[in-house]
Amino acid sequence: MSGHVFHTNRQELHGVTVVVNGASGKTYVGRYHERNERGVVLKDVGIHEPGNGLPLEDWLERQRKFGVKVDERALVVPNDEVVDLGRFG
Amino acid sequence: MPYPEQLVTPMRAEMTLMGAEELKTTAEVDAALGDVRGTTLVFINSVCGCAAGNARPALSLALQHGVKPDRVVTVFAGQDTDATARARQYFSDYQPSSPSMALIRDGEVVHFVHRHQIEGRNPQSIAENLAQAFDKFCGATA
Repeated sequence: MSGHVFHTNRQELHGVTVVVNGASGKTYVGRYHERNERGVVLKDVGIHEPGNGLPLEDWLERQRKFGVKVDERALVVPNDEVVDLGRFG
Repeated sequence: MPYPEQLVTPMRAEMTLMGAEELKTTAEVDAALGDVRGTTLVFINSVCGCAAGNARPALSLALQHGVKPDRVVTVFAGQDTDATARARQYFSDYQPSSPSMALIRDGEVVHFVHRHQIEGRNPQSIAENLAQAFDKFCGATA
């Protein structure tokens, strides 16, 4: 079963944790499911809102060290909210 | 809902073949992790996630390293849910994810590999990370 992977026909980032910077100033960290006409579909998503809790870099560092603290089990980030998207970690 | 046991049997076997002790009950978890000295690597096994397929071979590679933990144990997330929940209580500062790995020394988590550090990485890369942790925390002078 070495190397056994499900979902081999999915988009390249499927199953990979990504960070999405939003036009609203929010930052989303979650497992990429797919991108479609509605937006980027993420699973097990942590959300950072400016001015609410830790500064962004500290919040990101905490997610890296202790794992993603899930705020939403599933979330669609609308395409017009997505400024950029990249691998987390 | 657990996957059919027939599906996960090879994934369990992959772990035990590399020398991991499978923990299926909370009592087994407590016996393995409660008040135990030395170093223990806990592998949270997983069926899905596109990551477990690299995590298991990575650990197998890392265990060929000269320095390694005193003990390797595994619980199966989504399958042996009580045992997995109990194991996670021993590293409750860390958010649950699977697959993931916790290296525990004398009851303290000294290294943690999250799922997001496994996804999309090849087994060699993950194994190097583990081997560095073994050198740091499991060696005679650690």
